[in-house]
Amino acid sequence: MEPASRVFYTLVTLASLLALGWGAFSAGAPGVSFALFAILTLGGGLMCIWERSVVRSAFSLMATFLGVAGLFLLLGADFLAMAQVLIYVGGILALILFGVMLSPPDLNERSLPRVLGGLAFAGGAAIWLGLRISASVTWATAEELPPMTSHAEEIGVGFLSPEQYVVPFELAAVLLTVALVAAVYIARRRSIDLFPEEDA
Amino acid sequence: MNNGNIFLDLLVRFAPEGTPSWLLDLSAAGVGVGILVAMVSVIAMFCVWMERKVAGHIQCRYGPMYVGGWHGWAQSIADGVKLLLKEDMIPIGADRPLFVLAPALVLGSIFAALAALPLAPGVFFADIDLGLFFILAMSSMTTIGVVMAGWASASKWTVYGAMREAAQVVAYEIPLGISLMVPLIVAGTFNLNEASALQSGWYGMHWYIFQNPFVLPAFALFFISALAETKRAPFDLPEAESELVAGFMTEYSGIRWSFFFMEEYAAMFLMSVVAAVFFLGGFESPFTSLARDVFGEQHFLASLTAGLVLLVKAFGGIFLMMWLRWTLPRVRIDQVMTMGYKYLTPLALLCVLGASIFEALWLGVA
Repeated sequence: MEPASRVFYTLVTLASLLALGWGAFSAGAPGVSFALFAILTLGGGLMCIWERSVVRSAFSLMATFLGVAGLFLLLGADFLAMAQVLIYVGGILALILFGVMLSPPDLNERSLPRVLGGLAFAGGAAIWLGLRISASVTWATAEELPPMTSHAEEIGVGFLSPEQYVVPFELAAVLLTVALVAAVYIARRRSIDLFPEEDA
Repeated sequence: MNNGNIFLDLLVRFAPEGTPSWLLDLSAAGVGVGILVAMVSVIAMFCVWMERKVAGHIQCRYGPMYVGGWHGWAQSIADGVKLLLKEDMIPIGADRPLFVLAPALVLGSIFAALAALPLAPGVFFADIDLGLFFILAMSSMTTIGVVMAGWASASKWTVYGAMREAAQVVAYEIPLGISLMVPLIVAGTFNLNEASALQSGWYGMHWYIFQNPFVLPAFALFFISALAETKRAPFDLPEAESELVAGFMTEYSGIRWSFFFMEEYAAMFLMSVVAAVFFLGGFESPFTSLARDVFGEQHFLASLTAGLVLLVKAFGGIFLMMWLRWTLPRVRIDQVMTMGYKYLTPLALLCVLGASIFEALWLGVA
């Protein structure tokens, strides 16, 4: 491993341990699970932008998707969490990997000013946003949260009842179908233009 | 025994006073995972022996006959010991962390999916309301592990295997999910325990395939898609030993290689149980209802009969998969794609449409 990566991953590991300890100290078992999923999400994201190989970046996205699914689960959104894993990990990530798997790694040197500038910008934005949010939101503690229940039936009824979301739901379905048909149409046209001799 | 997690119930009974609840939860989860891992290992070893016997008899030979005495029953145990002792090789050009992570990811996600399976009425590792959805989500993660293994090995054969796996699974996840929607329309629940219980009646023959005429074709579509999802012949293109050496697992050896093997058999078991629960009656059969009448609804023996019935159905499905593997030749990759996108997906959609119309008109469920 190159020295810059060694420093980067040491810092990430230290920050993760700090977050775990802080979660355990401040909120016990729920704090630990939140810290774990947050570390997965942020660590995957950081690794995704740090790694020079596109495929490694794509694989690290899996940690992010799983972490987000875990956070949904902690919020009581079980359907959303499983849909996140099924669609993003099973479908979209597989497609991304299919697309980038044969691309070579980027062997250019990392430039130190750009890395430091990016870190400074991200850190500043995180501190500013954190201060703004913590000033305006009152958080519920773990004891005040409602018990975990499944919301699948609620979601189904909401999507299919005429009083609620059936029209936007169907419109979204029509939009996706149009996009799908259009994609197939464009792909077909291009292949005919590229190989005109095949028409004969 | 019937409300919640049996491991937690047992632990609560024997734990000393004042044990914190999170420790109880954690140890119940640990015990459950331990039992699950042991169970799946035994099932995988039995399946390996069964595969060799089935293959042997289909090809007019005996298969393993010596190890352990009776029909070579201990052959898989001997193989397991051999695999544990073999050298674990990692190619120099390989992406080391991903190469090590891939088998763990493949096996871990299939174990997570297996945790949602019911063992007997009221006996389960995790009673998840969205059980089927959870199983589909978790087993879709094995794809990423296979692609990771193929890419991290840095060899032409493995990358080809990984590309085929990605393309094949994305193609067949769609008909798999849609064909499972047909029994879901009849059942009205994702929960495997509830879905199984809804098929009692008619002396245990009130199976979903008999409740609605569109569930039977959906079962055929599901079975074909499940074969492709579990990379079984005739869809074993990611492995394809005659063209790609061993596909995505060419560079693996020893215990890491056996993880991929275990995953294959665990996935077959998973798909067979899902098929049994959502198409073929789950726990219900004439034997189950007879046992309930003789011993009483809540009796231990009635539960045992129900569990055994599910196990027999699951191994029937596994036997069918093995039979197909040793009978049919492998299809080409373009034929796999054509079949998935052009035939299975539209047919599955037609089944969903037909089942919905049947439910709405004939049965009056609007």
